Amino acid sequence: MAGLEDLYREIILDHYRTPRNRGELEPPAVHAEGHNPLCGDEIQIYVSVLNGVVDNVTFSGSGCSISQSSASMMTAAVKGKKVEEVRAIVRKFKHMMTIDDDDTPVDESVKLGDLEALQGVVKFPVRIKCATLGWNTLLDALNAAS
Amino acid sequence: MSLDVAAIRKDFPVLSRLINDLPLVYLDSANTSQKPQCVIDALTDFMSNSYAPINRSAYHLAAEATERFEHTRQSLARFINAPKAHEIVFTKNATEALNLVILSWGRANLKSGDVVVLTHMEHHANIVPWHMLVAEIGITLRWIPLTSDYQLDLSSLDELLRDARVLSFTSMSNVLGTITPVQQLCEAAHRAGAIAIVDACQSVPHQPTDVQAWGADFVAFSSHKMCGPSGVGILWGREALLEAMPPFLGGGNMIAEVRLDGFTTADLPAKFEAGTPAIAEVIALGEAVRYLESLGMANVRRHEIELSSYVLSMLTDRFGDDITIHGPTNPELRGATFSFAFRGIHPHDISQVLDQRNVCVRAGHHCAKPLMKLLGANATARASFYLYNTTDEADAWADALDSASDIF
Repeated sequence: MAGLEDLYREIILDHYRTPRNRGELEPPAVHAEGHNPLCGDEIQIYVSVLNGVVDNVTFSGSGCSISQSSASMMTAAVKGKKVEEVRAIVRKFKHMMTIDDDDTPVDESVKLGDLEALQGVVKFPVRIKCATLGWNTLLDALNAAS
Repeated sequence: MSLDVAAIRKDFPVLSRLINDLPLVYLDSANTSQKPQCVIDALTDFMSNSYAPINRSAYHLAAEATERFEHTRQSLARFINAPKAHEIVFTKNATEALNLVILSWGRANLKSGDVVVLTHMEHHANIVPWHMLVAEIGITLRWIPLTSDYQLDLSSLDELLRDARVLSFTSMSNVLGTITPVQQLCEAAHRAGAIAIVDACQSVPHQPTDVQAWGADFVAFSSHKMCGPSGVGILWGREALLEAMPPFLGGGNMIAEVRLDGFTTADLPAKFEAGTPAIAEVIALGEAVRYLESLGMANVRRHEIELSSYVLSMLTDRFGDDITIHGPTNPELRGATFSFAFRGIHPHDISQVLDQRNVCVRAGHHCAKPLMKLLGANATARASFYLYNTTDEADAWADALDSASDIF
């Protein structure tokens, strides 16, 4: 049985206690909303795309430590990157979470860095939806922005 | 007489299971209850030695199966004091039982603008089918609000019921544990000319039920919360109302005659039991009823009042303001179901940490999102107790909660 230390890694708890990029963005930034119907968690992702680059990204809403820290780490990881780079990171992250609902190949050269701390979530299958909530919502926001 | 819980626990094999060398602390019975050996035996014995179709074949095995199936119907009628056994209808779960009465009675009797009164503490199963009739027929919904101590606010009940056709409500909240004044509500509904539908899922497994004393018109509940198998729901309805309703599902068993140009329905209860039911599960439910009757439902209720009393004072002693119980503080007015918030830790994280100690609680919105909104929470954690739970298990729950603070 997986131990809690696999799930609640220090960097995850740090992002939970001190979330990065928390807040809302005004238009012309776009936003998307995600729900986890099983637990009632809600998240909003705000994205400002300028010249094909994710110029700014923030999140708001409420949820468990995993959904909130995953969203916080996500914003830190994708801010300032080109949209196609961001999509590749999302693809790689969801692959790490065992979610392969996308036909595009995973770019193995993409480095996840701190995000790898979330790998332990896979040992707690019920929590995978928590970890991917912000990421799926980011994809919706990116689609709305383009 | 109080329950011999130590002996009862021996009746439930899963309760002696160890996971990672730790005992199971099952506090999720409001979700679904565990099963005693006698119910498991009834299920496997029927499957092994007696399995056959019901209602349609003349051979001995089939006649025997039909008789045992109908025996459960008789047992349930006695268990809830229904006047007639054929007023008991088997469905696949309580959700289907509620859909049956709401959609079948509703479509036949309601028209645009008709008023249906619900409460703010309903399960989605007693909300969504009504919303479907709002879309389909154009009925209007009114809601009985809550007081600050988690009771129904009945101060404007007669006003809410004015010109209403239906009052549909829970007998015990699956989130708050609140026990509602069913008899008073049924009387008020009838005074206003409305029928009364009771979602009794949370109360039937935990206390004596008398549908005639309630004065209800329809009562729905489920097998799996009362020590029986899943796959069976029960709808009780007054004979005259059931007789006047159109069928819900069409197919085998529910017809008297089928021609190329139409059909006529069978008598009660077959009229509402289309297709092959959960034969073995219904028969095993009969054993669950016998088991509960042997313990005595008044004794079950007393045990749970004692547990509630212990839990409420123990939590306050240990955690003070660090814990919030969303529900009544008087054990006489509630079941032993406790939704709680603890030290700002998200319910999912609480249930995860508790799971490390095999303490099983539910985290989520409990299929009652309008109530959650009222509580100002997206989710709560919920510990719910039953006849096999002990004060030691309440302590194990509290110990595990303490350990959650160390992480967050």
